[in-house]
Amino acid sequence: MEFITRNLPYLMAGISVGGQYALIAIGYTMVYGILRLINFAHGDIFMAAGLILVYSATVMPMYLAIPLMIILTVLIGFMVERVAYKPLRSAPRMSIMISAIGVSYLLQNLALYVTGGLSQQYPAIPWISDTVTIFGSTTKRVTVITPVLTLVLVVLLVLLIKYTKIGMAMRAASRDFETSQLMGIKINSVVSMTFIIGTFLAAIGSALFFTNYTGVTPTVGAMPGLKAFVAAVFGGIGSIPGAVIGAFIIGICENIIKGVGLTTFSDAFTFALLIIILIIKPTGLFGEKEADKV
Amino acid sequence: MKKKVLALVLTAAMVGAVLTGCGGNGESAAAGTPDNGAKVVKIGVYEPASGDNGAGGKQETLGMQYANSKTPTVQIGGEEYQVELEIVDNESSNDKGPSAAASLVSSKVSVVLGSYGSGVSIAASDVFKDAGIPAIGVTCTNPQVTEGNKHYFRICFLDPFQGTVLANFANENFSAKKAYILTKLGDDYSTGLGHYFKEAFTGLGGEVVEETFQEGNSDFISYITSAKNAGADVFFAPVSTEAAALIIEQSAAQGLTIPLMAGDTWDSNVILNAAKGKDVQIYVTTFYQEGGNEEFDKGIKEWINADSTAKANNGGDDTVAAVTAMGYDAYYVALEALKAAGSTDPAAVNEALWKVTYSGVSGEIAFNETGDALRDVAYVKCANTETGAWDFVAVQGVK
Amino acid sequence: MSKKTKMAWNVSLIVALLALLFLLEQIMPSGSMLFTVLKKGAIYALVAVSMNLLNGFTGLFSLGQAGFMLLGAYTYAILTIPPESRASVYQYYDGGIVNFAIPVPLALIAGGLIAAGFAFLIGLPVLRLKSDYLAIATLGFAEIIRAVFQWDKLGPLTNGSNLLRSFPTFQSVLYPFIVSGICIALIVMLINSTYGRAFKAIRDDEIAAEAMGINLAHHKRLAFVISSFFAGVSGGLLAMYQTTIQASMFKSAMTYEILLIVVIGGIGSVTGSCISAFLFIACSEWWLRFLDNENFYIGSFHVPLLRAGFRKVVFAVVIMAMVLFYRQGIMGTKEFSVEALQNFFRKLFVRKGVKKAGDSHE
Repeated sequence: MEFITRNLPYLMAGISVGGQYALIAIGYTMVYGILRLINFAHGDIFMAAGLILVYSATVMPMYLAIPLMIILTVLIGFMVERVAYKPLRSAPRMSIMISAIGVSYLLQNLALYVTGGLSQQYPAIPWISDTVTIFGSTTKRVTVITPVLTLVLVVLLVLLIKYTKIGMAMRAASRDFETSQLMGIKINSVVSMTFIIGTFLAAIGSALFFTNYTGVTPTVGAMPGLKAFVAAVFGGIGSIPGAVIGAFIIGICENIIKGVGLTTFSDAFTFALLIIILIIKPTGLFGEKEADKV
Repeated sequence: MKKKVLALVLTAAMVGAVLTGCGGNGESAAAGTPDNGAKVVKIGVYEPASGDNGAGGKQETLGMQYANSKTPTVQIGGEEYQVELEIVDNESSNDKGPSAAASLVSSKVSVVLGSYGSGVSIAASDVFKDAGIPAIGVTCTNPQVTEGNKHYFRICFLDPFQGTVLANFANENFSAKKAYILTKLGDDYSTGLGHYFKEAFTGLGGEVVEETFQEGNSDFISYITSAKNAGADVFFAPVSTEAAALIIEQSAAQGLTIPLMAGDTWDSNVILNAAKGKDVQIYVTTFYQEGGNEEFDKGIKEWINADSTAKANNGGDDTVAAVTAMGYDAYYVALEALKAAGSTDPAAVNEALWKVTYSGVSGEIAFNETGDALRDVAYVKCANTETGAWDFVAVQGVK
Repeated sequence: MSKKTKMAWNVSLIVALLALLFLLEQIMPSGSMLFTVLKKGAIYALVAVSMNLLNGFTGLFSLGQAGFMLLGAYTYAILTIPPESRASVYQYYDGGIVNFAIPVPLALIAGGLIAAGFAFLIGLPVLRLKSDYLAIATLGFAEIIRAVFQWDKLGPLTNGSNLLRSFPTFQSVLYPFIVSGICIALIVMLINSTYGRAFKAIRDDEIAAEAMGINLAHHKRLAFVISSFFAGVSGGLLAMYQTTIQASMFKSAMTYEILLIVVIGGIGSVTGSCISAFLFIACSEWWLRFLDNENFYIGSFHVPLLRAGFRKVVFAVVIMAMVLFYRQGIMGTKEFSVEALQNFFRKLFVRKGVKKAGDSHE
């Protein structure tokens, strides 16, 4: 029992942060699946979602602020794709990745300008930020809710992709971008939809993340973003269950590393994991094998 | 073709800029020049306005701005000079700092105040040294800031002193036998103060557990759990206010019962706001206790309340941070030095600074042979989580 | 133009540039921002060219530059701090374990070699990866290197996560220009050699290059190691410029900045990288600084929106516009040279002449 009370907090923190990474990672993995683009700006959209709630919560009640935050975040995601990625669709992959880095730079600097460079206190969302006690260890309710909510959303997403028309179009586009265009799939709306879903999940992820870790700074999205990307690669990029499992593994491992006292390496560990998986099994845990075409 | 034209134009622009030299800086000077034709002396303010230490840097700058609004002129060598603050943002970053410092040098300041945060001060030290401009550290407590140079001064106490005070306090008031020390990697203030605390605390027969976190980390739950599991009696976290707010929030959520202790950075309304209504104990050492000088407190509160930008920079209320009082004193120390030098020449100001004495709101200020202020007391404060204000605990010195 | 005259032109241009710099230093106050920009610009030009060698000429998309700069900077600093200052620098580690100092040029080269050595080791597994996987793996390595250098247990060597300082620095703006100039000249010579042509072949089509008999693994590794060597040297120079260094400076944001310089200059153009390095540094450090000034007036008009941070927003918007609408960068894949300049003016002149001639005929 004592062992549990001592170590349960690490595990809970790990699972909870893993769930939050998972919600971000889905955005990465879906975009990569279709466009073969590492959307470096995704982590910053996650940060922007946090800032939007900070500011909207000061002028309106929470039940309005949260939907507004989600809508605005999705709008940003949609706009970023239309403005920064769509014009480059036929350009080399490197240009579009650089454009993503540019967007990330822009979002961070805008946030710096708007906040004046100070950390913003995230408002407490009622109910989920209450404190609860589990097996003798205290924590916020959000810690418990995150994994459940993540799993529910992922199941819904998988159903959407499996059984709806747009889902089928997404699968087709990720299998073969050009051919699916020839088959009459409106590729632009598919890509937009992918971005909308990705940013929607990131918005929810941000609400959960910042309820636990309440400071919003311009660069706060960078690390979770990179880690979520690593999770996506770890699970096999393009695979949604893979990204989710990868995210949970990374979240838990990271907290265990901190628990055993190797705190300097908690971030480095994530990257070490990435490099190991890339070398041993470049397609990730659940990735499909891809032949190189000449 | 078009590209070539552009390339050529850009190159030409570059060359043009080279030839006109620092003409570009003329406009910023022109913007603030008063109409009455008085002579102007520039004081550089090298403070963070963004990044980790942005909140603290802004509060420190406020003190200087308030002092400047109160005493906008100074008599130098029998002539009336208008004092102008040249403010730059060092972004709390050791690599952006030197360029910010260089821009101060190029706008020909006579003396520099700052910075909040020891790392950036050390990083910019050589820039000021090469330009022959003296700098007055306001709240950079790491010994390395002034050690081994003749141009950096400071008006606050040092970390070896502060660490000892905190260790004594933990030992006497909480009979602490074991301390958990959490410091930030790459932050000289944080690692320095952590080190001196550890030295003093183990000297008193205590035991310590040390851990570090990376920049950009916002998950402190595991650290708090580790502190609990280690059976620590105090949680010592000399970190920036940004991380501090997260630590307070998360330790309240995790039900951490041991006191949180920290140095001067935590003396900020960011901490008070984070702690308000939560079940946490917070003890800090600091330079100034609100109420120490009624007149100053009243004046600055009025000034802050009258100016919405100042109020926003102070974190949205009118609590007087110790760093603001220190910034206020630093400004007057600079004026004293200018008066004593009788000239705006940086080298003369540097010479004059050694002998400057000033009795400020935070106490008597005089410099010793390394350029450090002779300070032998620190105030210990405790956050009142009900009222959201600081409660005075003790004045501590080192025997 | 014959090879000889070209050479003569280039040499005289370089000499003229150095003479101009020397002159500037004599007549202008040393505190001017101009020198700050020139010094930092020269260093960034070197690292941008080294990154261009990899990304632009070999087609390897690597994001590890900051990590290699860190290695170079640390090697330089550790090897040159004078023994008498070590006690105060390594104050928490009893003066550290290195108790000698070597001359500056040797230390710079050592920094390059250490970076190259690490690159060789990292390259063994990583260079097998393709495009964005390679990018993210090298980025990961840079982060790992940064964490290792901050490790407390290595403190006697690296001073933990604390600042390293008191090492020799440079005063004159000529120093970084000469060192960077030599390094860039070496890179240009490499690009114009058979190796350079092999690199370009790999960039254009790996499979075709392999079919032509180019050893892919060997050449990729060579490009990676050489690029890292020069990144290491520029790290050492950066340490000299900054006067203090710390592992936390070398974040991935630094790599992104260098990448943006390369893109703005034109991927595959050495002179483009140099020009854009100076422009980038001048804009970010100097020319746009007035945008941060709240009380900025044009005449009596108070310009709105200006406050701390606005400079960076404007800068980011400009960069974004460059990336989107001006994808070739300043120079594209072309190079700046006397010949090109001559041709350019000739064309400009000839076209006007032709037009005039045409007018008179019709």
